[in-house]
Amino acid sequence: MEAVIAIAMGIMFGSGVWLLLRPRTFQVIIGLLLISYAVNLFIFIMGRLTINQPPLTLAEGTIDPALYADPMPQALVLTAIVIGFATTALYLVVMIGARGLTGTDHVDGKETSR
Amino acid sequence: MLLLILIATPFIASIIAALMPANARNREAWLAGGVTLSGLLITSYLYTQVGAGEIVRNEFAWLPDYGLSIMLRMDGLAWLFAMLVQGIGLLVVIYARYYMSPADPVPRFFSFLLAFMASMLGVVLSGNLIQLVVFWELTSLTSFLLIGYWHHRADARRGARMAFTVTASGGLCLLVGVLLLGHIVGSYSLDVVLASGDLIREHSLYRPMLLLVALGALTKSAQFPFHFWLPHAMAAPTPVSAFLHSATMVKAGVFLLMRLWPSLSGTPEWTWLITGAGLCTMLIGAFVAIFQHDLKGLLAYSTISHLGLITVLLGIGSPLALVAAIFHTLNHATFKASLFMAAGIIDHETGTRDMRHLRGLYAALPYTATLAIVASAAMAGVPLLNGFISKEMFFAEALAVGSAHNWGMSIAAVLMGIFGVAYSLRFIYVFFGKQPDDLPKQPHEPPRWMRFPVEFLVLCCLVVGIIPGLSIGPFLNVAVTSVLGDATPYYSLAVWHGFNLPLTMSIVALIGGVAFYIWLRLRYGLIQSTHVPLLGRFNGKQAYENTMLRLSSSASLLEKLLGTRRLQPQLLLMVVMLLAVPMLIVRPVSLLILPANGEFSWLFAGLWLIGAICAVAAAWQAKYHRLAALSLVGGVGIITSMAFLWLSAPDLALTQLMVETITTVLILLGLRWLPPRIVPKELSIITSKRAILRRSRDMVIAACAGLAMALVSYAALLRGPSTGGISDFFLTRALSEGGGSNVVNVLLVDFRSFDTLGEIAVLAIVALTVYALLRRFRPAPESLPIPAQQTNSVDPAAGQTPTQQVETGYLKIPSVYLRLLLPIMGVIAAYFFIRGHNLPGGGFVAGLIFAVAIIVQYMLAGTQWVETHLRLQPHRWIAFGLLIACATGLGAWLLGYPFLTSHTAHYTLPLLGEVHLPSAFIFDLGVFGVVVGSSILILVALAHQSVRSHRLPATTMAPPSAPKQETN
Repeated sequence: MEAVIAIAMGIMFGSGVWLLLRPRTFQVIIGLLLISYAVNLFIFIMGRLTINQPPLTLAEGTIDPALYADPMPQALVLTAIVIGFATTALYLVVMIGARGLTGTDHVDGKETSR
Repeated sequence: MLLLILIATPFIASIIAALMPANARNREAWLAGGVTLSGLLITSYLYTQVGAGEIVRNEFAWLPDYGLSIMLRMDGLAWLFAMLVQGIGLLVVIYARYYMSPADPVPRFFSFLLAFMASMLGVVLSGNLIQLVVFWELTSLTSFLLIGYWHHRADARRGARMAFTVTASGGLCLLVGVLLLGHIVGSYSLDVVLASGDLIREHSLYRPMLLLVALGALTKSAQFPFHFWLPHAMAAPTPVSAFLHSATMVKAGVFLLMRLWPSLSGTPEWTWLITGAGLCTMLIGAFVAIFQHDLKGLLAYSTISHLGLITVLLGIGSPLALVAAIFHTLNHATFKASLFMAAGIIDHETGTRDMRHLRGLYAALPYTATLAIVASAAMAGVPLLNGFISKEMFFAEALAVGSAHNWGMSIAAVLMGIFGVAYSLRFIYVFFGKQPDDLPKQPHEPPRWMRFPVEFLVLCCLVVGIIPGLSIGPFLNVAVTSVLGDATPYYSLAVWHGFNLPLTMSIVALIGGVAFYIWLRLRYGLIQSTHVPLLGRFNGKQAYENTMLRLSSSASLLEKLLGTRRLQPQLLLMVVMLLAVPMLIVRPVSLLILPANGEFSWLFAGLWLIGAICAVAAAWQAKYHRLAALSLVGGVGIITSMAFLWLSAPDLALTQLMVETITTVLILLGLRWLPPRIVPKELSIITSKRAILRRSRDMVIAACAGLAMALVSYAALLRGPSTGGISDFFLTRALSEGGGSNVVNVLLVDFRSFDTLGEIAVLAIVALTVYALLRRFRPAPESLPIPAQQTNSVDPAAGQTPTQQVETGYLKIPSVYLRLLLPIMGVIAAYFFIRGHNLPGGGFVAGLIFAVAIIVQYMLAGTQWVETHLRLQPHRWIAFGLLIACATGLGAWLLGYPFLTSHTAHYTLPLLGEVHLPSAFIFDLGVFGVVVGSSILILVALAHQSVRSHRLPATTMAPPSAPKQETN
């Protein structure tokens, strides 16, 4: 399990970084999305992997924390996902606005002279 | 408290003055005069304490933990300077009332003037060195504003900039010096610093500290080699020159040297540095002054020279020299301020300040001429005037320094005296001879009250000059005692000390000065000279300009070398740093070959195989096939969501799924505005070598990044369960104290609700920003027409007009289904919201679900139909959401608990039984509102762009070659 998720995160992050370094704005936004998945997961796994132990303390009596997944990273990631959506929207608007103003979708606002 | 009033009142008055109408010359003058006069009265009253040798202190705690407090302190020296600042200030205010023309915007003038006065008082009364530096820089700033008062004039702007650059840089040096001083002493309190002179002088940091403090003082007091800014500051209105650049601000430098005299002076470094600078300044200033043609220029250089004289006295370091320095500071302020005002009157009355044209003004301005002649005589050091006494003391000190062997100092002193007499003669020469006819204005005596300040100051010169012991004696004594303490020497302020060596020097200087002036006029042709002999090539201004030019050119060179406007190199650098820096800091991960402790699941692996393929494929397709890339990224998102579900995070899974949906819709809406990018059909297009190289480089970086991420994650995962964190606290307290069993939700809306409040605020701000940006959205011209796909007759909307869409909607049958779906989705959202505190769900998830429900309506029924049938006002959703969230927090406040404290109310309702209603639930409602409002606002604003472009006139709608958009 650990190896699987670690490799998957590596692939997502690597693909994201590759796209981040590309010249087209759309490539960069896709790259940012991929990176954000990897980073959200990265924060999430700081609470380690737990299966079938959601942090819902439904049982009566005293609570044994060892029986539940770590809720702290989950709460952090939950807001990160929503804020990630907001920043994606902002990026998108800047992206199409820049395209309208500069006439190109190159990240520098102008085509490189090659 | 009185000291605080003293400083605060002018600051407040400055703000009031700035708000007055532009033509309120009299009201401004009354305000400024009244404030200054009351300050003067307060200061006089404080003499009852200060005169008795007490130190008046006011201390206000500011950051007590760091030992920083606002400390005001008035001893004899500070009292004397405070009197000087406010006394001259009052006279200048009266003078300025008549000097400023009705056309000048006076509110600005008086506002700056008052602010300057307050800052200057702050410098004088500071009991804390850091605070002193702050006020010090404030005087530089206000001086800049005042010099540049007539900002339509290029010389005023340049002079202001130069003065500010020099004095403010000096101020920065001073700040560093003061920090060093504080480091040496261990306190920034002036009292402590003054008491630890020996410690300071013996410390290894003494030299750099002294140099930095001296730089501050010397730049402020226009000492060599920084003297060049003062003549250029003469572009200021004359009241400003009289106040700032002769009597007060330039005296701040020497004030600082006097202030720190007990703790810094008495070393060879001090003597060489201060005396050396002072001596050069004194001689250069006096010599250059003779050759000026501008009245104010002459006075400026003479001011430089006199400041040099004071600096020399301070540098000598003997107690008697300090007495002479303080005394001369006062004398110089009185005669120089009056001379500046007289020069201003001449300028005001004749319209010129050029001494080559001004002649015979005595006939037209008899009173002013008499006053100016007396003041010049004081400047030249004629007996029975105040300048004579302090200059006599200076000569005595110069003799004492050289003893019997070394006459250098004495010769310099006499030379300075000779030059001083010569330029004083040059000044008063404008009153004699025959008045020329070509003056710009016919001069006559100025208004009574414009002359009054000059009269008063000249009277002071006379009184101090004739009966020094009775008039200034006690005050001077208080100031000197406050600096020297028990070491105060015996000194006599008498006019006549018998026939001795200093008197001989005075006589030599007077006779020599007259002879030198006559020689210059008759033989050298002083009036026609266009440059200063000997020192003409020495140009501080040029050096300054060159320095500034070099600075800016090297800055742009650096920018060219190190900066780029291109995004890619910046991102590249960031990514590389992100990878490299942790490698350098953290030791290499060594425990990678440990066995995984969890069980292995083929299903989970298969899931992530799909995820990984999607991610790589998205990276591959993002350039030419945007829609495909977007779908693939959506796939990665769904896999991530499933992984969350697998790994015991149901809340995350739900949120991720909903956000994925909305993000996909969002980007779909944006795709239309991107330029079409078609895969080149021919394979003959050769990728350039550079491109291949660049891609390989990026590929390597990306591979490294991925590998690093994988390794770090793996290493982190293998370190076993985390213990000792704060999570256990949340898990055990969620139900008992937060009233909910879904710990993640309780964390969000209760334990960490302040963070959540911040996050929803960010969400709201981003949504409004997106909305605002889109209001000014200008699409590229080729994106304007309706995309080819929508003009296809297969699309039912292709032939519809907006009015038709209002009635029928966009897709008829699906929209009927979805219309029925809306209430169901609403119920689902409500369900997830209500159960959120105990089971997966909550405000975020419910908000997203509801937003999706609305968006689906938009997609299938069309914008027109939805907006005529549903009145959605996303702005209000956001506003009410934020209000509810804040109100919940404030409610706790009202009940006496900290902000956002949660409370659970228990009710028993019919049918439902016992109901727990935590206040966090209401907070969650606020979250819900903000999430719904923000998502809808963003999406609808974006969607409306397409609608808006449909309304364009038909000519631009369908150009013959509509570009194909293969991505959409």
